[in-house]
Amino acid sequence: MTDLLRVATAGSVDDGKSTLIGRLLHDSHNIHLDQLAAISQASRRRGLRDTDLALLTDGLRAEREQGITIDVAYRYFATPTRNIVLADTPGHVQYTRNMVTGASLADVAVVLIDAELGVVEQTRRHIAIAALLGVQHLTLAVNKMDKVRFQEKIFTDIVEQVRMLGDGLDAPEVVAIPVSALHGDNVVRRSTEMPWYQGQTLLEHLESVRITPPIELAARLPIQLVIRGDGYRGYAGRLLAGELSVGAEVTVLPAGVRSTIIGIDTADGALDVARPGQSISVRLGDHVDVARGDVLVARQGGESPMVTAHLSAQVCVVGDRALRVGANVKVRAGTQEVRAVLTDIAARMDLGSLRPESASELCTNDLGQVSVRLAQPIVADKYRACRHTGSFLLLDSDSGGTIAAGMVTEYCQN
Amino acid sequence: MTALIRPAIAALQDESIYILREVLAGFERPALLFSGGKDSAVLLRLAEKAYWPGRIPFPVVHVDTGHNFPEVLEFRDKRIAELDVELVVASVQELIDTGQITERPGHSRNRLQTAALRDVIQRHRFDALLGGARRDEEKARAKERVFSVRDEFGGWDPRAQRPELWDLYNPHVPSGGHMRVFPLSNWTERDIWAFIAADGIDLPSIYYAHEREVFERDGALFALTPWTQPKGSEQVRVEQVRYRTVGDATCTGAVRSRARTVDDVLTELASTRITERGATRVDDQASEAAMEDRKREGYF
Repeated sequence: MTDLLRVATAGSVDDGKSTLIGRLLHDSHNIHLDQLAAISQASRRRGLRDTDLALLTDGLRAEREQGITIDVAYRYFATPTRNIVLADTPGHVQYTRNMVTGASLADVAVVLIDAELGVVEQTRRHIAIAALLGVQHLTLAVNKMDKVRFQEKIFTDIVEQVRMLGDGLDAPEVVAIPVSALHGDNVVRRSTEMPWYQGQTLLEHLESVRITPPIELAARLPIQLVIRGDGYRGYAGRLLAGELSVGAEVTVLPAGVRSTIIGIDTADGALDVARPGQSISVRLGDHVDVARGDVLVARQGGESPMVTAHLSAQVCVVGDRALRVGANVKVRAGTQEVRAVLTDIAARMDLGSLRPESASELCTNDLGQVSVRLAQPIVADKYRACRHTGSFLLLDSDSGGTIAAGMVTEYCQN
Repeated sequence: MTALIRPAIAALQDESIYILREVLAGFERPALLFSGGKDSAVLLRLAEKAYWPGRIPFPVVHVDTGHNFPEVLEFRDKRIAELDVELVVASVQELIDTGQITERPGHSRNRLQTAALRDVIQRHRFDALLGGARRDEEKARAKERVFSVRDEFGGWDPRAQRPELWDLYNPHVPSGGHMRVFPLSNWTERDIWAFIAADGIDLPSIYYAHEREVFERDGALFALTPWTQPKGSEQVRVEQVRYRTVGDATCTGAVRSRARTVDDVLTELASTRITERGATRVDDQASEAAMEDRKREGYF
């Protein structure tokens, strides 16, 4: 079965991340001839002797001029077994918010390390962000092995340092691969220079890594719209967790009213059972009041979400405005949007030491722990239990612009 | 039909329907941009599915450069009638005739489309425009958001894009601005064709191989039309061709092809080594940043 894998890549300045992605696409035959011709021409204009594969991904004029990645770029490639979506994210500390964005939906984070430089401050930050965003698998691509004469000791020392780092960060399982993006060693093609490495190439790893579904949860269907037509009344939404079948008893949250699913419809035909990710429209057995923002939750099948007006959350400030205690904001969670006030900033994470410190405000790119009080209760999960229902945005209450991205860590039951 | 849709394509369809429903819930006056090309044909079909069994509850906008392939207009009118939706035509020719924009001789109408689009947005006070652009088409588009905020001039500022996390799409726009929404962001050309095949989607006939009078210019094959005529030594020949993209006839080229059915096209794509825009779109080849520059001005 062909499935979909979401990968985020992160690295530091000059560690060859764009080259690695270019190499991955090139050697797996996912670059077209006209794209290759365009970058060869651009390489020559820049006075380079060889084709610079990095030019393939840096899509903005400013990125090519500065030779860095500023914004997330999405690349798509297919192998015989998988469709892979690659979110290429910047490594600079001033673009942390863009890395957070790229990692938000990723199943795998590929963090690059320059073999000559070893673990640097940015490596620690990239691993911390991947762990924070709940990325399941962490892959270390130790690049530029050609520059250190393909020595095993350098590779194993770096891996050991990262393992020690990861222990303190609640980091996911780590797979490390020694590569040379410039020459293609262990990217798609197995290296002949490193007989001491018996593991998979980067592509083999991405093709075979197993993504485990989130823990058992009762079905959650946040309602987007009520669809009407010729006597039809359906509640449309995308199923986010669990399975929902015809006949299932559900609770409409936050109101707590009960009903039964009597039909699951799609334009392609009716379903007996809907699975996570499916966009559906359901009919209910009773005349209950259901509107956008409500969440239908199956009464069986696992843990239910919480209805709460108090959230504790980790946030990353992704907008240009600072966040201070007392700020009036809106919380947008799933299909719900309610007014809220920031009641506490418990800590700010120092992006150098990765330790919490006290702070009176959170600025652009800051990560921190906050508390929020909502004008009305919403339906929420802890982010660790479910990414989709445990994440939210903080919006500016006047302009509606996005200020911060939040992940629920605790809630108070109402 | 569901049984024929591969899981990866079904997942893309579910995501696009989710986005289309968010647009209906989040905006007062949305509209769908329809060029008659394959991507907008897929987008229109997904909109039909998203609101089914209801009708598509907003207008379809066609930015008409006046340089159309007749097969495309025929297809447009057929789909509009089938779906019983409102069609709004933003005519570049009309703006030229009334003196609101000036055509530069020897230049394509590509950039004039932007003016016609801005004009129709203002006249109808649209607050969201759905488009069929995909991130895999071009490297500036690879940086595009699904919900992309535009200022009152329709401009795109790639350095100040609103962060977009998880599947939480923020519909709020600054006053005077509007949103461009791209539900097909994560689809590739192959995904589009796989879906066209599995779902049985109708396309303008020029997407399939046919005989046509063409001439070669700058490495592309141009149809003989009232607006595209051979110059100097350019020779008109009858060739078996098809189109991989459909746009203004003066800047969209054909490719030599024997693919007469959707299955033939899928086979052809599996072995092609040239991107769709590289093969056929002269407008993108002006410079490394041609698309980025046009998007900054408010292009689709």
